[in-house]
Amino acid sequence: MHSNRYCNRIIVLPFSVLLEIRVKPDNSGVVTDGVKHSMNPFCEIAVEEAVKLKEKKLIKEVVAVSCGPQQSQETIRTALAMGADRGIHVEVAGKDYETLGPLQVSKIMAALAKKEDAQLIILGKQAIDDDCNQTGQMTAALLDWPQGTFASEVSLDGDKVKVVREIDGGLETIKISTPAVLTADLRLNTPRYATLPNIMKAKKKKIANVKPADLGVDLTSRLEVLKVEEPPQRQAGVKVETVEDLVGKLKETGRI
Amino acid sequence: MANPLKGEVIRLYKNLLYLGREYPKGSVYFRERLKSAFMKNKDVTDPEQIKKLVARGEFVIKELEALYFLRKYRAIKKRYYEPEE
Repeated sequence: MHSNRYCNRIIVLPFSVLLEIRVKPDNSGVVTDGVKHSMNPFCEIAVEEAVKLKEKKLIKEVVAVSCGPQQSQETIRTALAMGADRGIHVEVAGKDYETLGPLQVSKIMAALAKKEDAQLIILGKQAIDDDCNQTGQMTAALLDWPQGTFASEVSLDGDKVKVVREIDGGLETIKISTPAVLTADLRLNTPRYATLPNIMKAKKKKIANVKPADLGVDLTSRLEVLKVEEPPQRQAGVKVETVEDLVGKLKETGRI
Repeated sequence: MANPLKGEVIRLYKNLLYLGREYPKGSVYFRERLKSAFMKNKDVTDPEQIKKLVARGEFVIKELEALYFLRKYRAIKKRYYEPEE
Protein backbone atom coordinates (compact mmCIF):
# COMPACT_ATOMS: atom_id res chain seq x y z
CA MET A 1 0.00 0.00 0.00
CA HIS A 2 1.43 3.32 -0.99
CA SER A 3 1.44 5.92 1.70
CA ASN A 4 0.11 9.23 0.45
CA ARG A 5 2.74 10.92 2.52
CA TYR A 6 5.48 9.83 0.13
CA CYS A 7 6.85 13.31 -0.13
CA ASN A 8 8.80 14.21 2.91
CA ARG A 9 10.56 17.44 2.47
CA ILE A 10 10.35 20.50 0.32
CA ILE A 11 13.05 23.12 0.19
CA VAL A 12 11.97 26.57 -0.85
CA LEU A 13 14.53 29.14 -1.85
CA PRO A 14 13.23 32.65 -1.28
CA PHE A 15 15.51 35.28 -2.71
CA SER A 16 15.70 38.67 -1.16
CA VAL A 17 15.76 41.57 -3.57
CA LEU A 18 16.71 45.17 -3.00
CA LEU A 19 13.82 47.55 -2.49
CA GLU A 20 15.58 50.53 -3.93
CA ILE A 21 18.10 50.53 -6.76
CA ARG A 22 20.87 53.09 -6.97
CA VAL A 23 23.94 52.64 -9.13
CA LYS A 24 27.26 53.07 -7.33
CA PRO A 25 29.16 56.26 -8.23
CA ASP A 26 31.98 54.31 -9.88
CA ASN A 27 29.54 52.38 -12.09
CA SER A 28 30.83 49.09 -10.76
CA GLY A 29 27.52 47.90 -9.39
CA VAL A 30 24.47 48.68 -7.38
CA VAL A 31 24.50 50.06 -3.83
CA THR A 32 23.71 47.24 -1.41
CA ASP A 33 24.89 48.61 1.97
CA GLY A 34 22.01 49.45 4.22
CA VAL A 35 19.38 49.03 1.53
CA LYS A 36 16.23 47.31 2.67
CA HIS A 37 15.65 43.83 1.32
CA SER A 38 12.34 42.20 0.71
CA MET A 39 11.32 38.75 -0.50
CA ASN A 40 11.25 38.35 -4.27
CA PRO A 41 7.56 38.32 -5.35
CA PHE A 42 7.91 35.08 -7.34
CA CYS A 43 9.52 33.45 -4.32
CA GLU A 44 6.58 34.47 -2.13
CA ILE A 45 4.44 32.48 -4.52
CA ALA A 46 6.89 29.55 -4.25
CA VAL A 47 6.78 29.60 -0.43
CA GLU A 48 2.99 29.80 -0.53
CA GLU A 49 2.80 26.73 -2.78
CA ALA A 50 5.07 24.73 -0.47
CA VAL A 51 3.01 25.71 2.58
CA LYS A 52 -0.22 24.84 0.73
CA LEU A 53 1.15 21.37 -0.06
CA LYS A 54 1.98 20.90 3.60
CA GLU A 55 -1.51 22.05 4.63
CA LYS A 56 -2.97 19.48 2.25
CA LYS A 57 -0.85 16.95 4.16
CA LEU A 58 0.94 15.93 0.99
CA ILE A 59 4.36 16.71 2.43
CA LYS A 60 5.74 16.71 5.92
CA GLU A 61 8.19 19.55 6.17
CA VAL A 62 8.98 22.82 4.45
CA VAL A 63 12.52 24.15 4.78
CA ALA A 64 13.26 27.72 3.71
CA VAL A 65 16.79 28.43 2.49
CA SER A 66 18.31 31.76 1.64
CA CYS A 67 21.85 32.68 0.61
CA GLY A 68 23.31 36.03 1.45
CA PRO A 69 24.36 38.43 4.19
CA GLN A 70 22.66 38.97 7.55
CA GLN A 71 19.66 40.67 5.92
CA SER A 72 18.71 37.39 4.24
CA GLN A 73 17.58 36.17 7.64
CA GLU A 74 14.65 38.61 7.37
CA THR A 75 13.51 36.84 4.23
CA ILE A 76 13.77 33.47 5.95
CA ARG A 77 11.74 34.82 8.87
CA THR A 78 9.03 35.94 6.47
CA ALA A 79 8.98 32.45 4.95
CA LEU A 80 8.71 30.95 8.44
CA ALA A 81 5.86 33.34 9.22
CA MET A 82 4.08 32.14 6.08
CA GLY A 83 4.29 28.56 7.32
CA ALA A 84 7.73 27.07 6.65
CA ASP A 85 8.92 24.78 9.45
CA ARG A 86 12.56 25.72 9.70
CA GLY A 87 15.12 27.81 7.91
CA ILE A 88 18.69 27.50 6.71
CA HIS A 89 20.75 30.63 6.22
CA VAL A 90 23.75 30.11 3.96
CA GLU A 91 26.05 32.93 4.91
CA VAL A 92 27.56 34.74 1.95
CA ALA A 93 28.83 38.25 2.54
CA GLY A 94 31.06 40.92 1.13
CA LYS A 95 32.83 40.28 -2.15
CA ASP A 96 31.36 36.78 -2.45
CA TYR A 97 27.86 38.22 -2.18
CA GLU A 98 28.49 40.71 -4.97
CA THR A 99 29.43 37.91 -7.33
CA LEU A 100 26.78 35.49 -6.06
CA GLY A 101 24.79 34.46 -9.08
CA PRO A 102 22.52 31.62 -10.22
CA LEU A 103 25.45 29.23 -10.76
CA GLN A 104 26.74 29.62 -7.21
CA VAL A 105 23.26 29.47 -5.69
CA SER A 106 22.35 26.34 -7.60
CA LYS A 107 25.58 24.66 -6.48
CA ILE A 108 24.62 25.48 -2.89
CA MET A 109 21.06 24.24 -3.45
CA ALA A 110 22.28 20.98 -5.01
CA ALA A 111 24.54 20.32 -2.03
CA LEU A 112 21.76 21.15 0.45
CA ALA A 113 19.15 19.07 -1.36
CA LYS A 114 21.38 16.01 -1.06
CA LYS A 115 22.24 16.77 2.56
CA GLU A 116 18.61 17.35 3.56
CA ASP A 117 17.23 14.53 1.41
CA ALA A 118 14.58 16.74 -0.16
CA GLN A 119 11.97 15.52 -2.61
CA LEU A 120 11.02 18.87 -4.06
CA ILE A 121 12.75 22.18 -4.51
CA ILE A 122 10.49 25.12 -5.23
CA LEU A 123 11.69 28.60 -6.09
CA GLY A 124 10.48 31.69 -7.87
CA LYS A 125 11.02 31.66 -11.61
CA GLN A 126 13.31 34.68 -11.49
CA ALA A 127 14.52 37.38 -9.14
CA ILE A 128 13.21 40.82 -10.02
CA ASP A 129 16.57 42.45 -9.40
CA ASP A 130 18.72 40.43 -11.76
CA ASP A 131 16.02 38.78 -13.91
CA CYS A 132 18.26 35.76 -14.59
CA ASN A 133 15.64 32.99 -14.62
CA GLN A 134 18.46 30.42 -14.32
CA THR A 135 18.75 29.16 -10.76
CA GLY A 136 15.94 26.61 -10.93
CA GLN A 137 17.10 25.17 -14.22
CA MET A 138 20.77 25.01 -13.15
CA THR A 139 19.87 23.33 -9.85
CA ALA A 140 17.90 20.67 -11.69
CA ALA A 141 20.80 20.09 -14.07
CA LEU A 142 23.36 19.79 -11.26
CA LEU A 143 21.17 17.27 -9.43
CA ASP A 144 20.04 15.55 -12.63
CA TRP A 145 16.43 16.03 -11.48
CA PRO A 146 13.45 16.79 -13.74
CA GLN A 147 12.18 20.37 -13.72
CA GLY A 148 8.75 21.98 -13.94
CA THR A 149 9.43 25.64 -14.67
CA PHE A 150 7.00 28.57 -15.01
CA ALA A 151 4.46 26.55 -13.04
CA SER A 152 0.98 28.00 -12.91
CA GLU A 153 -0.53 24.86 -11.40
CA VAL A 154 1.05 22.04 -9.41
CA SER A 155 -0.54 18.80 -8.26
CA LEU A 156 1.02 15.73 -6.68
CA ASP A 157 -0.08 12.40 -8.06
CA GLY A 158 1.48 9.37 -6.42
CA ASP A 159 5.20 9.81 -6.78
CA LYS A 160 4.79 12.08 -9.79
CA VAL A 161 4.11 15.79 -10.08
CA LYS A 162 1.73 17.21 -12.65
CA VAL A 163 2.78 20.71 -13.67
CA VAL A 164 0.90 23.12 -15.88
CA ARG A 165 3.46 25.49 -17.35
CA GLU A 166 3.00 28.96 -18.80
CA ILE A 167 4.73 29.05 -22.13
CA ASP A 168 4.65 31.34 -25.14
CA GLY A 169 1.34 30.79 -26.81
CA GLY A 170 -0.43 29.04 -23.98
CA LEU A 171 -0.14 26.32 -21.36
CA GLU A 172 1.73 23.02 -21.34
CA THR A 173 0.96 20.17 -18.96
CA ILE A 174 3.73 17.79 -18.03
CA LYS A 175 4.13 14.93 -15.58
CA ILE A 176 7.51 14.55 -13.92
CA SER A 177 8.76 12.17 -11.28
CA THR A 178 10.15 13.22 -7.93
CA PRO A 179 12.59 14.35 -6.77
CA ALA A 180 12.13 17.46 -8.89
CA VAL A 181 12.70 21.21 -9.12
CA LEU A 182 9.76 23.56 -9.68
CA THR A 183 9.82 27.28 -10.39
CA ALA A 184 6.78 29.39 -9.60
CA ASP A 185 5.12 31.74 -12.04
CA LEU A 186 2.80 34.62 -11.24
CA ARG A 187 -0.52 32.79 -11.46
CA LEU A 188 0.38 29.78 -9.34
CA ASN A 189 -1.36 31.10 -6.23
CA THR A 190 -2.09 34.11 -4.03
CA PRO A 191 0.62 34.36 -1.37
CA ARG A 192 -0.61 35.02 2.16
CA TYR A 193 0.57 38.10 3.99
CA ALA A 194 2.94 37.49 6.91
CA THR A 195 0.89 39.17 9.64
CA LEU A 196 2.33 40.25 12.96
CA PRO A 197 0.93 37.32 15.01
CA ASN A 198 2.43 34.85 12.51
CA ILE A 199 5.77 36.60 12.65
CA MET A 200 5.71 36.41 16.46
CA LYS A 201 4.92 32.69 16.32
CA ALA A 202 7.67 32.15 13.78
CA LYS A 203 10.29 33.50 16.17
CA LYS A 204 10.28 30.10 17.86
CA LYS A 205 11.25 28.32 14.64
CA LYS A 206 14.90 27.55 14.09
CA ILE A 207 17.19 29.01 11.47
CA ALA A 208 20.39 27.05 11.03
CA ASN A 209 23.56 28.80 9.93
CA VAL A 210 25.70 27.23 7.25
CA LYS A 211 28.78 28.37 5.34
CA PRO A 212 29.21 27.49 1.65
CA ALA A 213 32.59 25.94 2.52
CA ASP A 214 30.78 23.48 4.85
CA LEU A 215 28.85 22.28 1.84
CA GLY A 216 31.98 22.00 -0.23
CA VAL A 217 30.83 24.67 -2.66
CA ASP A 218 33.21 26.89 -4.58
CA LEU A 219 31.78 30.36 -5.01
CA THR A 220 34.16 31.79 -7.58
CA SER A 221 32.31 33.55 -10.31
CA ARG A 222 32.82 32.86 -13.99
CA LEU A 223 31.48 36.30 -14.78
CA GLU A 224 33.07 39.70 -14.49
CA VAL A 225 30.90 42.80 -14.31
CA LEU A 226 32.44 45.44 -16.55
CA LYS A 227 30.03 48.30 -15.98
CA VAL A 228 26.66 49.10 -14.46
CA GLU A 229 24.82 52.24 -15.53
CA GLU A 230 21.36 53.70 -15.27
CA PRO A 231 19.12 53.76 -18.31
CA PRO A 232 19.26 57.10 -20.19
CA GLN A 233 17.00 59.81 -18.74
CA ARG A 234 13.74 60.18 -20.57
CA GLN A 235 13.76 63.34 -22.62
CA ALA A 236 10.81 65.65 -22.06
CA GLY A 237 8.28 65.57 -24.86
CA VAL A 238 7.54 68.60 -27.03
CA LYS A 239 4.00 69.67 -27.83
CA VAL A 240 3.17 70.98 -31.31
CA GLU A 241 0.15 72.93 -32.51
CA THR A 242 -0.37 71.75 -36.07
CA VAL A 243 0.54 68.88 -38.36
CA GLU A 244 2.90 71.22 -40.27
CA ASP A 245 4.73 71.89 -36.98
CA LEU A 246 5.01 68.16 -36.36
CA VAL A 247 6.46 67.51 -39.79
CA GLY A 248 8.81 70.47 -39.35
CA LYS A 249 10.05 69.18 -35.98
CA LEU A 250 10.56 65.68 -37.32
CA LYS A 251 12.63 67.03 -40.21
CA GLU A 252 14.62 69.19 -37.78
CA THR A 253 15.70 66.25 -35.65
CA GLY A 254 16.57 64.26 -38.73
CA ARG A 255 13.81 61.70 -38.22
CA ILE A 256 12.43 62.08 -41.73
CA MET B 1 -12.92 49.59 28.49
CA ALA B 2 -14.03 46.02 29.35
CA ASN B 3 -10.99 44.10 30.55
CA PRO B 4 -10.95 40.87 28.46
CA LEU B 5 -11.59 42.86 25.30
CA LYS B 6 -8.78 45.29 26.08
CA GLY B 7 -6.22 42.71 24.93
CA GLU B 8 -8.11 42.15 21.68
CA VAL B 9 -8.27 45.84 20.92
CA ILE B 10 -4.58 46.36 21.60
CA ARG B 11 -3.70 43.35 19.45
CA LEU B 12 -5.86 44.75 16.63
CA TYR B 13 -4.13 48.11 16.89
CA LYS B 14 -0.68 46.49 16.75
CA ASN B 15 -1.62 44.34 13.74
CA LEU B 16 -3.01 47.33 11.86
CA LEU B 17 0.05 49.39 12.71
CA TYR B 18 2.29 46.61 11.37
CA LEU B 19 0.31 46.43 8.15
CA GLY B 20 0.36 50.20 7.79
CA ARG B 21 4.10 50.27 7.23
CA GLU B 22 3.59 49.62 3.52
CA TYR B 23 0.59 51.88 3.04
CA PRO B 24 0.82 53.71 -0.32
CA LYS B 25 0.23 57.12 1.21
CA GLY B 26 2.97 56.56 3.78
CA SER B 27 3.15 54.89 7.19
CA VAL B 28 2.96 58.24 9.00
CA TYR B 29 -0.32 59.13 7.26
CA PHE B 30 -1.66 55.69 8.12
CA ARG B 31 -0.60 55.85 11.76
CA GLU B 32 -2.23 59.25 12.28
CA ARG B 33 -5.53 58.09 10.81
CA LEU B 34 -5.34 54.79 12.73
CA LYS B 35 -4.74 56.53 16.05
CA SER B 36 -7.54 59.05 15.59
CA ALA B 37 -9.94 56.30 14.51
CA PHE B 38 -9.22 54.35 17.70
CA MET B 39 -9.26 57.44 19.92
CA LYS B 40 -12.68 58.40 18.56
CA ASN B 41 -14.07 55.21 20.12
CA LYS B 42 -12.08 55.20 23.34
CA ASP B 43 -15.10 55.75 25.57
CA VAL B 44 -17.14 52.84 24.24
CA THR B 45 -17.93 50.39 27.06
CA ASP B 46 -20.66 48.14 25.65
CA PRO B 47 -18.98 44.77 24.90
CA GLU B 48 -21.27 44.17 21.89
CA GLN B 49 -20.28 47.52 20.44
CA ILE B 50 -16.61 46.83 21.03
CA LYS B 51 -16.87 43.43 19.33
CA LYS B 52 -18.50 45.10 16.32
CA LEU B 53 -15.73 47.69 16.10
CA VAL B 54 -13.04 45.02 16.41
CA ALA B 55 -14.74 43.07 13.61
CA ARG B 56 -14.64 46.19 11.47
CA GLY B 57 -10.94 46.50 12.23
CA GLU B 58 -10.34 42.89 11.11
CA PHE B 59 -12.22 43.69 7.92
CA VAL B 60 -9.84 46.58 7.31
CA ILE B 61 -6.92 44.19 7.82
CA LYS B 62 -8.29 41.94 5.06
CA GLU B 63 -8.80 44.94 2.79
CA LEU B 64 -5.19 46.03 3.31
CA GLU B 65 -3.84 42.55 2.58
CA ALA B 66 -5.88 42.49 -0.64
CA LEU B 67 -4.64 45.96 -1.57
CA TYR B 68 -1.01 44.99 -1.12
CA PHE B 69 -1.43 41.76 -3.05
CA LEU B 70 -3.16 43.45 -5.98
CA ARG B 71 -0.61 46.22 -6.11
CA LYS B 72 2.25 43.72 -6.27
CA TYR B 73 0.43 41.44 -8.72
CA ARG B 74 -0.35 44.32 -11.09
CA ALA B 75 3.21 45.68 -10.91
CA ILE B 76 4.75 42.30 -11.73
CA LYS B 77 2.18 41.58 -14.44
CA LYS B 78 2.84 44.93 -16.07
CA ARG B 79 6.59 44.45 -15.93
CA TYR B 80 6.88 40.89 -17.10
CA TYR B 81 3.89 39.95 -19.18
CA GLU B 82 2.61 41.01 -22.58
CA PRO B 83 -0.59 43.07 -22.43
CA GLU B 84 -3.56 40.92 -23.35
CA GLU B 85 -5.11 41.63 -26.74
